[in-house]
Amino acid sequence: MNGMKTKTHNLSRTTKSNIITYGIVVAAYIIVEIFLRAGMVSSLLEGLLVPLCMYVILAVSLNLTVGISGELSLGHAGFMCVGAFSSAFFSRCMEEMIPAAGIRFTLAILIGTVFAALFGILIGVPVLRLKGDYLAIVTLAFGEIIKNVVNVIYLGRDSRGFHISTKDSISLGLEQGGDVIIKGPQGITGTPNDSTFLIGVVLILITLFIVINLINSRTGRAIMAIRDNRIAAESIGINVTKYKLLAFSVSAALAGTAGVLYAHNLSTLQAQPKNFGYNMSITILVFVVLGGIGNIRGSMIAAVVLTLLPELLRGLNDYRMLIYAVILIATMIFTSSPGGQEIQERIKLFFERKKTKEA
Amino acid sequence: MALLEVKNLGISFGGLRAVDDFNLTIEQGELYGLIGPNGAGKTTIFNLLTGVYKPTDGYIMLDGENITGKKTIEINRHGIARTFQNIRLFSELTVLDNVKAGLHNHHPYSTLTGILRLPKYYRVEKEMNERAMELLKVFGLDKEAYYKASNLPYGQQRKLEIARALATDPKLLLLDEPAAGMNPNETQELMKTIRFVRDEFHMTILLIEHDMKLVSGICERLTVLNFGQILAEGETTAVLNDPKVIAAYLGE
Repeated sequence: MNGMKTKTHNLSRTTKSNIITYGIVVAAYIIVEIFLRAGMVSSLLEGLLVPLCMYVILAVSLNLTVGISGELSLGHAGFMCVGAFSSAFFSRCMEEMIPAAGIRFTLAILIGTVFAALFGILIGVPVLRLKGDYLAIVTLAFGEIIKNVVNVIYLGRDSRGFHISTKDSISLGLEQGGDVIIKGPQGITGTPNDSTFLIGVVLILITLFIVINLINSRTGRAIMAIRDNRIAAESIGINVTKYKLLAFSVSAALAGTAGVLYAHNLSTLQAQPKNFGYNMSITILVFVVLGGIGNIRGSMIAAVVLTLLPELLRGLNDYRMLIYAVILIATMIFTSSPGGQEIQERIKLFFERKKTKEA
Repeated sequence: MALLEVKNLGISFGGLRAVDDFNLTIEQGELYGLIGPNGAGKTTIFNLLTGVYKPTDGYIMLDGENITGKKTIEINRHGIARTFQNIRLFSELTVLDNVKAGLHNHHPYSTLTGILRLPKYYRVEKEMNERAMELLKVFGLDKEAYYKASNLPYGQQRKLEIARALATDPKLLLLDEPAAGMNPNETQELMKTIRFVRDEFHMTILLIEHDMKLVSGICERLTVLNFGQILAEGETTAVLNDPKVIAAYLGE
């Protein structure tokens, strides 16, 4: 009887926690939308809304690899790059054929996601044989490879079909009136700007739905079992390779989705170190670590706060990044060091006492 | 027909012959002990039986099927489950989820079903919860179902490991030093639990143990291993009184 009681109690607790997570996203959307309507948002901040959604998706998806699967991956920006370019390429090709932006963008999202997933599997198969630091370094390398390969691709289209080259656009040998879609380091220009804040928020919700439900299922249990003890997981018949790869490719797929959002927010898409390089991968990892490894809601909030922080500190000019760094270090110490955790406990105890007093 | 039949099993690591010409026959429902001094090769035999190592010689038959050289997960599906000398729980998962992980292959639904929360998800999860709670109740762990596994006291962690192994519905249960690190009271309780598991689940159990009280208390037959080779085998009391065995343990 006692067991039954705790069961229902606990089930409702996970559900409640998930509803809060979804609720935060919806509430944030409504509040921002109200401010937008009232004209109280600066154009600078307005321009940040779609990237914000992108960062949240990236952070949540990377948490699946780092927190749930327990594999340190530093190549997340690479998968985002795959999603961005494959979808931008699609949208550029289909702009005339599918004039309805809604249908075209939905298809673009699917294509970006699927391509990133395929790359996730392709890279995951060799890479997931490694562990820890080795895995981190190899994923880092793969991320860079993807970015650099994209930089040398020239892809054009004329009446005879598609032409590809790794030299320059002239060697494509296009006919008169042919269209160079991917121009090497100059990337893809003229991608339709289909990304909106609303679509971004919907994609966040879908990402959360996938990740949260995955974690709280048989599959998620298997993934976390492998994370906690690989040998024991094998001994009870869990297919380690399969579930590791699954987590990795779902994570890659969702990074691809974020890439689609990114690509359709800009008119020029270029693979540069700052957007698809390891800097980006590290930034996403910082969100995950700061928000709490394995904590989905935490990484979501960390992504928002850390993206907004540099903008909010803009008034401080030169000291901006210095203060950003100090805040980052202070938060890490507060959340992760033994001393910081003690302070947290004390604060918690203080509030609990207050509550009981009130009651 | 014997449940487990091991013939001429051997493995070499480089030049070292860790296990040599090992034979073992265990009947259905038996409680069998594998003992020997440290480094005799007991755990190596467990690792051979569960496919962690591939034998260089010999074969292993489980319930009439040849499982020699199969992978760990296949061997588990054929019906061998084990616990570990140094406890290996899924430390960040709850006690309940540890057992549910053990039910993984017996209550399947696809990943997509899980993500989309189709009706099957709720049905199978409910089955899993019930089955897992049943198992936990057997081991007196049902009140701790929602504790993190790493927060359990040592003795209960050992029990949870057995519960998780049983969740895979094995024919043969291998226990690697189940009483290691336990005080005499806990050992007494463990003996009861092991006997109970055998009777309640009609389980066949092979265990490695150093605690002679436990071995002589519950094992019906024994094999003594020394330097990778069989030193003695047979009825427990006879084996334990064998001068060769006493010499190996206490020195001549």
